[in-house]
Amino acid sequence: MLRHAELDRLSIAHIDCDAFYAAVEKRDDPSLRDKPVIVGGGRRGVVSTCCYVARLYGVRSAMPMFKALRACPQAVVIRPRMSIYAGVAREVREMMRSLTPLVEPVSLDEAYLDLSGTERLMHASPALTLARLAARIEREIGITVSVGLSFNKFLAKQASELDKPRGFAVIGRAGIREFLAPRPVATILGVGKAMQAKLADAGLQTIGDLQREAPEDLMRRFGAMGARLARLAVGDDDRPVDPEGETKSVSAETTFNEDLRRLDELEHELWPLCEKVSRRLKAAGLAGRTVTLKLKTDDFHIRTRAESLPHPTQLAEVIYRDARELLAREADGTAFRLIGVGLSHFDPPELADPPDLLDRRPGQVRAIETAIDKVRAKFGEASIGKGRGLELGPPVSSRPATSPAEPARPSAHTRNSPARDRR
Amino acid sequence: MKLSIERVALLTALAHVQSVVERRNTIPILSNVHLDAADGALALTATDLDIAIVEKVPAKASRAGATTVPAHTLYDIVRKLPDGAEIELAQKPGDTRLQLRAGRSEFTLACLPKEDFPVMAAGDLPAKFNISAADLRRLIDKTRFAISTEETRYYLNGIYLHAAQSAGVPVLRAVATDGHRLARVETPLPDGAAAMPGVIVPRKTVNELRKLIDGVDGDVEVALSDTKIRFAVDEASLTSKLIDGQFPDYERVIPPDNPRALAITASDLAQAVDRVSTISSERSRAVKLALDKDRLLVSATSPENGTAVEELTAAYNEGALEIGFNSRYLLDIMDQVEKGGEARFALKDSGSPTVVRDASDEGALFVIMPMRV
Repeated sequence: MLRHAELDRLSIAHIDCDAFYAAVEKRDDPSLRDKPVIVGGGRRGVVSTCCYVARLYGVRSAMPMFKALRACPQAVVIRPRMSIYAGVAREVREMMRSLTPLVEPVSLDEAYLDLSGTERLMHASPALTLARLAARIEREIGITVSVGLSFNKFLAKQASELDKPRGFAVIGRAGIREFLAPRPVATILGVGKAMQAKLADAGLQTIGDLQREAPEDLMRRFGAMGARLARLAVGDDDRPVDPEGETKSVSAETTFNEDLRRLDELEHELWPLCEKVSRRLKAAGLAGRTVTLKLKTDDFHIRTRAESLPHPTQLAEVIYRDARELLAREADGTAFRLIGVGLSHFDPPELADPPDLLDRRPGQVRAIETAIDKVRAKFGEASIGKGRGLELGPPVSSRPATSPAEPARPSAHTRNSPARDRR
Repeated sequence: MKLSIERVALLTALAHVQSVVERRNTIPILSNVHLDAADGALALTATDLDIAIVEKVPAKASRAGATTVPAHTLYDIVRKLPDGAEIELAQKPGDTRLQLRAGRSEFTLACLPKEDFPVMAAGDLPAKFNISAADLRRLIDKTRFAISTEETRYYLNGIYLHAAQSAGVPVLRAVATDGHRLARVETPLPDGAAAMPGVIVPRKTVNELRKLIDGVDGDVEVALSDTKIRFAVDEASLTSKLIDGQFPDYERVIPPDNPRALAITASDLAQAVDRVSTISSERSRAVKLALDKDRLLVSATSPENGTAVEELTAAYNEGALEIGFNSRYLLDIMDQVEKGGEARFALKDSGSPTVVRDASDEGALFVIMPMRV
């Protein structure tokens, strides 16, 4: 592994956790180790992840559950525990960030890393640093990863898939065309079923086929995508590893311990989510124009309602006011198990909450929220809040399921809540 | 019903009434125009349940009668007929179709029963006054650009028309604002208008009314209650519901004594702002005005597009000031200044509302909120 002519000159990596959800489940329950494990099911009944044992039987992710069980009847099916996986993913990401600030997460179980210039700091080449990281993740977190190392993101990703699971593969500059030529066009990110069919119609099935076409022809036939294909076909990819990624929406949601029907109870859950979204918008320097409300009914139907604001906002109060309107229309006695709120269509923050001739509130609200944010930064989340957070006592979802009489985490605002006993 | 009518007369009237008719209607009869032939005239009526327009045109009616036909279809047909055509409309008693003949063209249109056509009850309209069409046009033209489209502040979705005092003189005032700019235009109070309630005339009504009074020389009769208003001009009348809401206390947001005065030819500023704003980002449209002694620099910066700057001479002597505006809003206001006229700005600082007046029209005042740049 550590013998490659260009090894010291490659520093872009793609790291992919092997059968991530299933691996976490196996870690948490060692009795599953040698059994075929499928994580999935739930509402739509498809496989989200299956372990490598299950793959031997032909089970694949995104396969309908009944098919998967026909192929592998003895499989252990586990409902996804997303919050656990998110926690593990966070730990993995933290380890990556201890090597370089340039970590671009693609999903929970995948990320790109740019290790350029870390040699002196790590006293090792990027390849050695990555090998140590993979070993550390396995040792300390208990799951395995596959690493691809190359000189750009496209090839790093190709590399990580070469040697899965628990793999480490390197793609250098030499022989790139030959390496890519036999691969199917579908290995290029962004080439889905529809694009694949279009390319097949044009007689283009492998990357080699693309290499033989003139870039202008590809561009003429497939537009911007054609230009991209022409470049990627020869291993040319100049996208930087961007730790920010491009945020398209910021949202927060919570699942209740017990289903809720009443508007006032739902509102009470909504407010802290608006505060959370607002806090993240402010931190990221974003202002959103579209508010989206998400509700999940007790029979798992998802309702989303969206509305555009007259101006982009960062303020919890503005988000809440709008989302509350949307919520009031949906709170018709239906039992809900989840509520979420999100903001999208971003603008630069200087366009947020413009001053208004008639309505002084945006300025006042901004001043109030800034003051609250400062107090919280200094004394903690529970130190101060708006009166709205008090009315019904602490949100159901954050209440400990046991000990209804004595909240386990009394905080400043619950202690003084006059309405707490109503529940 | 049977009548013959000149194409141009029918076309003009149809143009007025059909624009009230919404393109999409859940109630089919609202897509139709009501035609009523009697006594040498054809009366056309269209409504969207909030506005009703009736217009009478001379016609040779040989058999009286009434029916309703699809408004946009009829309008499109008449529009495409040749200039100077004589149009014949006929419906046999009991028939559910209307025949339209002109020259060698013949159309048959499906009708809906006239009994189903909703009649808008205006109720009692106690306040009445006359205003010249020219004055009414001025009130509308100089304010309607500032009408808000924000649905949550529905009471800003129209022009606030009311009687007021301006330096002790009674005036009829039109005010519109969307929170970013405000337009206040007044004209001497017409006789009889002193008793009128202050009313908010909805945007659509304003736009339909403006079409109705375009090119009219005479007076417009206005009659209103606090829920309805009617404008009558020549042979046409428009009746509309009013916005049920409280228009905000707009005087409170007009700064009375901004200390810094700037005078500049409106069209010069408009052209410079228009050119410079080419660079402004699509979303913000921001331009910056940098004022210094007798000099005004208009500039824009965008991280994607680059920068632009233009220097203008202006009458100013109140100390350096930089202030940002939405170029769109600034251009809208410059458009209201009389041709070749001078715009007089009264500024305070980069965060406070700025007042703009037209040097040649004392009765018009505008306020614009600056933006952070």
